[in-house]
Amino acid sequence: MSTVKENVKYAESHEWVMVDGEIATIGISDYAQHALGDIVYVDLPEEGDEVEAGETFGAVESVKAASDLISPVSGEVVEVNGELEDAPELINKDAFGTWMIKVKLSDPSELDALLDAAAYAKICEE
Amino acid sequence: MEEGIKTTCLHDRHVKLGALMSPFAGYDMPIQYKGITEEHNAVRHEVGVFDVSHMGEVRVKGPEAEKYVNHIFVNDVTGAPDGQIFYGMMCYDNGGTVDDLLVYKVSDTEFFLVINAANIDKDVAWIKEHTDGFDVTVEDESPIYGEVAVQGPKAEEAVEKLLGLPVADLKFYTFKTIETEGETIIVSRTGYTGEDGFEIYGSPAYTQRVWDKLMAGGVEPCGLGCRDTLRFEVGLPLYGDELSADITPLEASLSMFVKLDKTEFIGKAALASQKAEGVKRRIVGLELDGNAIPRHGYPVEVDGQVVGEVTTGYRSISTGKSVAMAMIQKPYDKLGTRVEVRIRKKTFPATVVKKRFYDKNYKKD
Repeated sequence: MSTVKENVKYAESHEWVMVDGEIATIGISDYAQHALGDIVYVDLPEEGDEVEAGETFGAVESVKAASDLISPVSGEVVEVNGELEDAPELINKDAFGTWMIKVKLSDPSELDALLDAAAYAKICEE
Repeated sequence: MEEGIKTTCLHDRHVKLGALMSPFAGYDMPIQYKGITEEHNAVRHEVGVFDVSHMGEVRVKGPEAEKYVNHIFVNDVTGAPDGQIFYGMMCYDNGGTVDDLLVYKVSDTEFFLVINAANIDKDVAWIKEHTDGFDVTVEDESPIYGEVAVQGPKAEEAVEKLLGLPVADLKFYTFKTIETEGETIIVSRTGYTGEDGFEIYGSPAYTQRVWDKLMAGGVEPCGLGCRDTLRFEVGLPLYGDELSADITPLEASLSMFVKLDKTEFIGKAALASQKAEGVKRRIVGLELDGNAIPRHGYPVEVDGQVVGEVTTGYRSISTGKSVAMAMIQKPYDKLGTRVEVRIRKKTFPATVVKKRFYDKNYKKD
């Protein structure tokens, strides 16, 4: 069974966000990696790209299909996890320990619209 | 599970194994158990079993059965030995494809047709509609058969030892009926994976016993996920991707199964003229330079102009390469042509290659 990590925020589209000051670190949940199956490719933006809350910032691909990654926040991409280019399976092994991008928040109030662990866990049960 | 969705006789087994279930062709089917990659590799190197009970079976009987099958089928069954199996398509008058299917010759007066699950209603209606003037009867036997496909280099050993069925003498694309456990089952040396293997048709109760014995013997349960990756790697078409009402067998690069020298069959005139004029587009293989993954429906471009689209694409599990089958307009279908596949916002360079990405390993002797 999949786990839900405490003390991070979630989007309904199954991305997690960990905030440290003005930097948001983004990945996908354990529930999402489990539903996707073996991940074979991750398509991420480049450093300096702008992402917008609710908009696609990339895609994660299992053997079977491509799924859009939706940014939970807006801002500039300041770091991309380059490890995923050669080792996308890290997400399957440790979804919460494997981040995708770091974003410098342009509107921290967007965080208020995200779910806490308890609310997200409920969505996963449905 | 969706309301009103059908289940196969092995459904409870899939759920107990913890399979990821999903609707396919009106059935709640297993997509994967342990994972697509692991199941795919089991079939390539050992042996796996698929529940394919959702497939349709139609029996055609009567003094004019052979003549009738030749009327609705693009391949030629004339004078074939009993026990022979043919792959081919049924076509519309305009050459578009009704379905692709296997035809099992039981005798001169009896044939057994195996059709795609998603097309059962359409096919049965089509088959019955075209019996006028032929002394035949048509029976949809889909509900009475369960079916499993045992596939992989160790399939013969599994079927012989675990199921006790004598199949070592069965040649590729032939079948036999066997009296066992109080019923008549059908076993054919066929499959949809590019590996040696068998398809076994029996009652639901028999099919359940077969499944349980294969599980107890350590055969890998395999879902529809790897069924698609396996058939794709060896260039086998899937109806809905490489074949459809809008795609003729010639466009699908399946002309070797279309016997235009036959006296007549539905679609012959259209296909003969398409062959004479030359197809304007056809299914080819694409190999991407990089590791982005082409998917069904993605546009294929040359100099910014769309010249086709991807019909199936994967990161090949067996070769690790990003490859696709694609419907490409002439003259960009030529081997070695450089094209670009549009994947989300970017384009990725690719080369037209043969649509067989992995060599078949059939037992043909």
